[in-house]
Amino acid sequence: MATITYRNASCIYAQAETLAVDSLNLDIQDGEFVVLVGPSGSGKSTALRMLAGLEDIDEGSIEIGGKDMTGVPSKDRDIAMVFQNYALYPNKTVAENMGFALKLRGVSAGERRKKVEEAAKVLDLTEYLDRKPAKLSGGQRQRVAMGRAIVREPQVFCMDEPLSNLDAKLRVQTRTQIAALQRRLGTTTVYVTHDQVEAMTMGDRVAVLKGGKLQQFASPSELYDKPKNAFVAGFIGSPAMNLVTAPITSDGIRIGESTLELERDEMALLADAGLKEVTIGVRPEQLELSESGGVEVIVDLVEDLGSEAYLYTHAGAGIQLVARSLPRSPARLADTVRLRRTPDGVVHLFHPDTGERIG
Amino acid sequence: MTTAPATISKRKARKFSPWAVVAWIVALGFFFPVFWMVLTAFKQEGDAATSPPKLFFTPTLDQFKAVFDQGIGPAMLNSLFATGLSTLLVLLLGVPAAFALSLRPVRKTQDALFFFMSTKMLPIVAAILPLYVIVSNIGLLDNIWALVILYTSMNLPIAVWMMRSFFLEVPGELLEAASLDGASLWRSVREVILPLVSPGIAATALICVIFAWNEFFFAVNLTAVNAQTMPVYLVGFIAGEGQYWAVLSAAATMAALPVILCGWFAQNKLVRGLSFGAIK
Repeated sequence: MATITYRNASCIYAQAETLAVDSLNLDIQDGEFVVLVGPSGSGKSTALRMLAGLEDIDEGSIEIGGKDMTGVPSKDRDIAMVFQNYALYPNKTVAENMGFALKLRGVSAGERRKKVEEAAKVLDLTEYLDRKPAKLSGGQRQRVAMGRAIVREPQVFCMDEPLSNLDAKLRVQTRTQIAALQRRLGTTTVYVTHDQVEAMTMGDRVAVLKGGKLQQFASPSELYDKPKNAFVAGFIGSPAMNLVTAPITSDGIRIGESTLELERDEMALLADAGLKEVTIGVRPEQLELSESGGVEVIVDLVEDLGSEAYLYTHAGAGIQLVARSLPRSPARLADTVRLRRTPDGVVHLFHPDTGERIG
Repeated sequence: MTTAPATISKRKARKFSPWAVVAWIVALGFFFPVFWMVLTAFKQEGDAATSPPKLFFTPTLDQFKAVFDQGIGPAMLNSLFATGLSTLLVLLLGVPAAFALSLRPVRKTQDALFFFMSTKMLPIVAAILPLYVIVSNIGLLDNIWALVILYTSMNLPIAVWMMRSFFLEVPGELLEAASLDGASLWRSVREVILPLVSPGIAATALICVIFAWNEFFFAVNLTAVNAQTMPVYLVGFIAGEGQYWAVLSAAATMAALPVILCGWFAQNKLVRGLSFGAIK
């Protein structure tokens, strides 16, 4: 078990114009579960592979337990990794797969068998120990990959999209199992995913990356409530936050033909910033249908999920707004309705050019 | 839903197809000359020369005895030596090269691969004269080591290309996983990669054996008596004083036997190679 520190760590791919990972700084506590999340090409996997020693640290450094890992080969880093396609050894049985690292360390066969059986019990794999990976289902292979990692009791777990090859239901189930297992073992874990739901539900803290650069590193609730910029705001949450860039008026901002009113302190922030336009962000669940006031929109689609419904609407030229409403919503396709902020609704303000949070 | 594809394929298998007949005819067309060769090998010269040919006769081992008496032994040993040693060398050199060119590519990988291929582009006939001079100058004329060297260099590019395609099938993550498990490169290659590509190695070895065993042009030009190989020895039967079909067939059968045996043994391995996709 150990802390992990990324210090201005960068990775340059040959012939690439930008850095795959650009001066990444992360301080990961001992026993913490950290999720790296971002769209494809954000450098999240590269950042993880740098930690595992599978990519070079071209600039800066990465420390595990206070020791600089630059130039240390993977095999000497005491890291276990779960790969997206599991990378199980096809010619070895489940037990041999799980025990391979211990065998390499010279652990006796009896001891090895004991540890493998313990791990197999935790992961419900006992009856499959003598099978080859080809004879297992996707979910079982995933568990073997987990087993191979936990048997070793490493300093750090690295997980590279370990759930992306599972079907939706199994993914949700395994998600909670992995999180629970990690809490129990208390092993520092870095987990890569493109799925913001996984990030939100599993991580103690989440690092959002884009284009190789860290956007925000915070707890899930902080990412949700106080996104540092428009990208994080739009990336975290489902359906995504409404982000609209619109001109500022005397009492709010102009959306289409109507005005979304802002609070006085919000107007003050905008005045201080001296902007003519602003990007606002409002989460769908913080918009509601109203009789009067608010923004006039036309309904494009009603998505009734049973427990709630989402209205996909547009206001004027190309401005789209999504609002949550009660299920069996009264709004119908092509209706003109009015949306307003809920009483406790928050409007996030971002700089229209830089996307940085204002206030 | 799950049973549907099975029933479809069953129905297909049972249905009569004119293509099956064509396939059988073609297959028999390929097999018949070999069958005839083996059959003739067991005939007396008299039975072999009749027209129309005899299908029923009293089989005899006389021709095989004649072949041994005429000294097939040294030619067989030469062929075994040149084929075995060159195949071994090709695998020792080619497998690591293919590994490097597939799982650990560097900047000039494509060029290196093209270089290997380009060595096969020059017709051997065009190179035989300078080769003869070189072999003569280093004193390896009619020496089996000349063939060992030539067969190794002849098969090496083929082996590298073949093995590379097998290595490319191996997911690179397996090496990474082994390395994170604490394995050295050598250990992970030996314990993880080699078992996976062993069907490929078997197939490559078989191809090298076949090419080296049947090679005629180098052998006929660079050897005489001492280093004579089987193909050259066989030619001796297609000679001068009339056609001796039966004894030629016996010698040819003897010559084909080792390759057929190799193919037979490699078959299990090769078939397992087809189910390679199960890795992923």
